[in-house]
Amino acid sequence: MSDLNQLYSEIIMEHYENSPNRRELENPTIKERGHNPLCGDDITLELKMNGDVIEDASFVGHGCAISQASTSMMCDLIKGKNKKEALKLVEKFIDMIHKKDVDLDELGDAQILQGVSDFPARVKCALLAWKTLEKII
Amino acid sequence: MLDILKIKDDFPILKSSPHGKKLIYFDNAATTQKPTQVVEAVADYYKKYNANVYRSPHYLSTLSTESYEEARESVKRFINAKTSESIVFTRNATESINFIAYTWGLKHIGEGDVIVLTIAEHHSNILPWQMVAEKKGAKLKYVHLDEDSRLDLDEFKRTISEGHVKLVAVQHASNVLGIINPVDEIIDLSHRNGAKVLIDGAQSIPNMKIDVEKLGCDFYAFSGHKMLGPMGIGVLYIKEDLLDDVPPFLSGGEMIDEVFEDHSTFAPSPLKFEAGTPNVEGAYGLIKAIEYIEGIGLDNILKHEQELTEYALSKLVEIDYVKLYGPKNAENRTGIISFNVLNVHPHDVATILDQDGIAVRSGHHCCQPLMRYLGVPATVRASFYIYNDKSEVDAFVDGLKDVRKWFR
Repeated sequence: MSDLNQLYSEIIMEHYENSPNRRELENPTIKERGHNPLCGDDITLELKMNGDVIEDASFVGHGCAISQASTSMMCDLIKGKNKKEALKLVEKFIDMIHKKDVDLDELGDAQILQGVSDFPARVKCALLAWKTLEKII
Repeated sequence: MLDILKIKDDFPILKSSPHGKKLIYFDNAATTQKPTQVVEAVADYYKKYNANVYRSPHYLSTLSTESYEEARESVKRFINAKTSESIVFTRNATESINFIAYTWGLKHIGEGDVIVLTIAEHHSNILPWQMVAEKKGAKLKYVHLDEDSRLDLDEFKRTISEGHVKLVAVQHASNVLGIINPVDEIIDLSHRNGAKVLIDGAQSIPNMKIDVEKLGCDFYAFSGHKMLGPMGIGVLYIKEDLLDDVPPFLSGGEMIDEVFEDHSTFAPSPLKFEAGTPNVEGAYGLIKAIEYIEGIGLDNILKHEQELTEYALSKLVEIDYVKLYGPKNAENRTGIISFNVLNVHPHDVATILDQDGIAVRSGHHCCQPLMRYLGVPATVRASFYIYNDKSEVDAFVDGLKDVRKWFR
């Protein structure tokens, strides 16, 4: 049960069930769909850019708790960051999920998803948003 | 009544303990586990009979060829085909269906022709026909379900009578809803309207006595791995009268009569359909799978699956946050139950059940058109087989109650 405690922690459930980032932006600069064809997680990421800086980030879509919470946490994290900073965070998150030794502090709430690395079948759920972001910035 | 304890003893893998729990394997519609008899047969083939088939006159090659042809005879008898020429070994049901699409389909289906499918088909009985329709300018028509989630036979009758139907490709049983389609009637109506019929038997071969002569279908496709056999061995049955109408699929070794620099002639059926060195170990293992299934009896297997389904349904309807898909009873259906837990994504349900040692599938089950028709992105699926029992269903239902603990 301790493993599940890690996977479905209070903070993950909060992001899954009540994310303020689950909304559509008025005039998004970039809009990109990401989905896992084999399991059906499906998100659309929206970014409002101000030059090089991500001014606002949001998402809509459906999927499991892990994919949705991970997307919400990522949106929190990248707001106010420039592209280079955001890409560095993506890299860090992916490394964390692949059990590499990284400094977790910069990842904010998203560091709680480290537990997913013990559930190989769920890794792609956690990575969906980050891989989508990586593609568009 | 099946002797479940005795059966369980034949399946070493059922003794595994995922996450320290006793394994409850409810993912049988994806693939069944293999009894020792099948596992040992595959090893025996390599220990005693291995050589390439047909090619060489030596002792081992003769034994290997005999093993392979024994498998063909065994399948012929199992599905009551008139002749073993009708039994073609493939990798699986998917390859069997693709086989007919790329050969008979591309040759005989033309512009303006109609291919009839059901909305519940597995992707492997949709995509090959989309390919044919696109290449040949043919049209796909889908038959939907009635209020009880069974195939709407009236809609099928209307569709077939609209004319131009060249082929009806339909599953014998659904891998999501478990419904058993009225294939006797479908085949009869199709033939009376001049259409050929392909039956996808992937979900019926493990639990129903199939008699292709009595059914009268033109093509029947199934996989060995869903009926206790090894992976990588499948069967395509082609009705005897059509053997000459079906061109070879792959070409190369083993399937020829004579090869010249610019043209070739082919071996007689079924060899003209089997290019290259075949999966002899798989075919040999399949003999033992058939023996095992026949030892228990297909009627007994279906009855057992239906008893477990009835029992599970009676427990699941009591839980108000479980939404069931498919008919409300276990009649005329196989041991498959699809459902969702309210406000919990199927993957989360499956991950939580897995921590209790319970293996179920979650997702779209390779049936996206059906998912869209049901209005859900995905479901959880529990599927039963001969080694499952009621105590496992109880544990599964308890596990489902735990799922809600993690979600508010």
